[in-house]
Amino acid sequence: MKIEIYDPPMCCSSGVCGTTVDKKLVEFASVLKTLSSSGVVVRRFNMSQEPQAFVANPNVKKLLAEKGQSALPFIFVDDELKWSGEIPSAAEILKTFKLDQKAQPNKKSSCCGGDGCC
Amino acid sequence: MKTLMEEATRFLFFTGKGGVGKTSVSCAVAVGLADSGKKVLLISTDPASNLDEVLETKLSSTPTAVANVANLHAMNINPVKAAEEYRRRMIDPYKGVLPDESIKQMEEQLSGACTVEIAGFNEFSKFIGLKEASIEYDHLILDTAPTGHTLRLLNLPSAWSDFIASNKASSSCLGPLSGLKEQQHLYQAVVDELKNPKQTTLVLVSRPEKMSLDEAARASGELGLLGLNNQRLVINGVFKTSSEDEIAKAFALTSALAMQNVPDEIKHLDKTIINFRSQGVVGIEALRNMLDDKTHAPELKVIAKLKEELSEALKNTCKWSEFMSSLENDGSGVIMTMGKGGVGKTTVAAMITVELASRGHKVLLSTTDPAAHIAKVIKTEIANLSIDKIDPKIETRKYVESVLKENREKLSREDMELLEEEMRSPCIEEIAVFKAFAQTVAKGENQFIVLDTAPTGHTLLLLDATESYHRQVAKSTDNMSDDVKELLPRIRDPKFTKLVIISLAEATPTHEAEALQVDLQRAGINPFGWVINRNFAVSGSKDPLICAKGFHELTFINETANKLSKRTVVLPWMVNISEDSINGRK
Repeated sequence: MKIEIYDPPMCCSSGVCGTTVDKKLVEFASVLKTLSSSGVVVRRFNMSQEPQAFVANPNVKKLLAEKGQSALPFIFVDDELKWSGEIPSAAEILKTFKLDQKAQPNKKSSCCGGDGCC
Repeated sequence: MKTLMEEATRFLFFTGKGGVGKTSVSCAVAVGLADSGKKVLLISTDPASNLDEVLETKLSSTPTAVANVANLHAMNINPVKAAEEYRRRMIDPYKGVLPDESIKQMEEQLSGACTVEIAGFNEFSKFIGLKEASIEYDHLILDTAPTGHTLRLLNLPSAWSDFIASNKASSSCLGPLSGLKEQQHLYQAVVDELKNPKQTTLVLVSRPEKMSLDEAARASGELGLLGLNNQRLVINGVFKTSSEDEIAKAFALTSALAMQNVPDEIKHLDKTIINFRSQGVVGIEALRNMLDDKTHAPELKVIAKLKEELSEALKNTCKWSEFMSSLENDGSGVIMTMGKGGVGKTTVAAMITVELASRGHKVLLSTTDPAAHIAKVIKTEIANLSIDKIDPKIETRKYVESVLKENREKLSREDMELLEEEMRSPCIEEIAVFKAFAQTVAKGENQFIVLDTAPTGHTLLLLDATESYHRQVAKSTDNMSDDVKELLPRIRDPKFTKLVIISLAEATPTHEAEALQVDLQRAGINPFGWVINRNFAVSGSKDPLICAKGFHELTFINETANKLSKRTVVLPWMVNISEDSINGRK
């Protein structure tokens, strides 16, 4: 499976650059990490850093022209627009990818990242 | 000077607080090397560079041949401008393609302090890291910005390299500089050159004064830790006299004592000593004279001339006590001393603080000077007076800890790891200092706060950050503290905030202070007044050389009082200005 995120122009994607940290963004970044380590292809574009990606994808370009910047982020799952204008919760994302939320941290806490062979 | 030139490596970095004569010394060395047949490129990275004036040549951001010196090219790197160009290069192709709103926001984000820092570094790293960019030159000489700024610039290569190398998650605050990873090899090459003692010499420039030498020692240690171990020391402006004049004797003693007490950290370095000169070094002729250490004996009639013209020069100035009376008029608020490093901002801020306290006001003295000499300066306990520091390193640590603590309970271990990674970003320091600054300013509601700021470049970046954060605050729904929200209007309110510009009666400091004033005015801030610090003209000396220097000062006292400032104080040069005068033992 594949998830692609087109972020609005942000200084950084966790939100630590503001004077307060946006916990939702930190959580989101972390979920993406989990997805990635479960074999999901994760691609994330920040408009400030990679404006080219927004122009290169005709879908994104069209959506942006129609809905404007406030509709960002666009989140595509297997090339289909799944979320727009907001960051979904960790539970929602994990459900979409049929991953067990609880299983992840446990798995990670083992020293060799998986089946408990140390 | 001779050995400095004979042993010159390919890259020479001159560092030291503003006003120590870095520009003069680096220009003289550049002219000397060029005169000996070497091809030389001189680069200034100071946004307030006065290289044009010193070399009598109109320079630009590319190497330009210096008039009347064969083999010498010079250029100014203005990091602020470089950032602007970078911004245009990044964003212009997307204008009309992406929504206007997005373009505006992208521009905003590339207007920050980080972009300026990196853009400046990026500009000069080409000349050091890329052989083909500078192959035609035998020597590259960098006349860098004041120490704090220099340190940060030089600090960047390793910070950035480490940062890039350890930055596994692609979601970090590298933010505006997406091109950075591609530059990694270039920056690595720059770091390698800097650390190579056969290629790079760090020249620490200092005045023969304790504080100036302490600063050089600090810079030496800090840069030594970064691997820049090929260091030399230049002590500029050593005064010797056989005169019986009290001021001349005291001044010579200050020089001699400082020379005897060179801090241990820099004692072993190869030293170059340059004698005191009564005039600023401007022009190629003056630079060549400096190389030969030629000084002209002053004429005796200069003493009478100074006496004649002094009262006229002081006509538009006021006394210290009058200045302080108008400063205390509003009963509370923030007083900031501003000026290039080395002009005595810390000293004057401390003098203002002590004077306000002795007039019965409650005063807090707060310093953002990274060197934080202030604790060394005020030794005595004084009623109503307290001191605190805004140390960028400590503030950053405090900020990082508070953010991590706030999130530790709520986030999983993985989230925490990611957050910690983000907190290693170089932007974080800006944010942390900004927050501390806002908190201090807010305390000025019912007492006096005296702030001595770090050197100009830093100060401007801080204000710039203030402004852009302020703009962001208006837009964002972030639950920001009131301190932060009210900061800029407070700084702009002349009843609440009084800005005192500190300068010296010399060409460079006066013009740098003027540029600072123009910048402040553009930000909607009008300085309260100017303090011209350390004047021999009003010291009462009868020594010809001291009077020659004093006479030379009148030009700049006149210029300041008549053209630049509405309220000017001229302070005399004083013995041990750092301790006795501040603590009221004049």
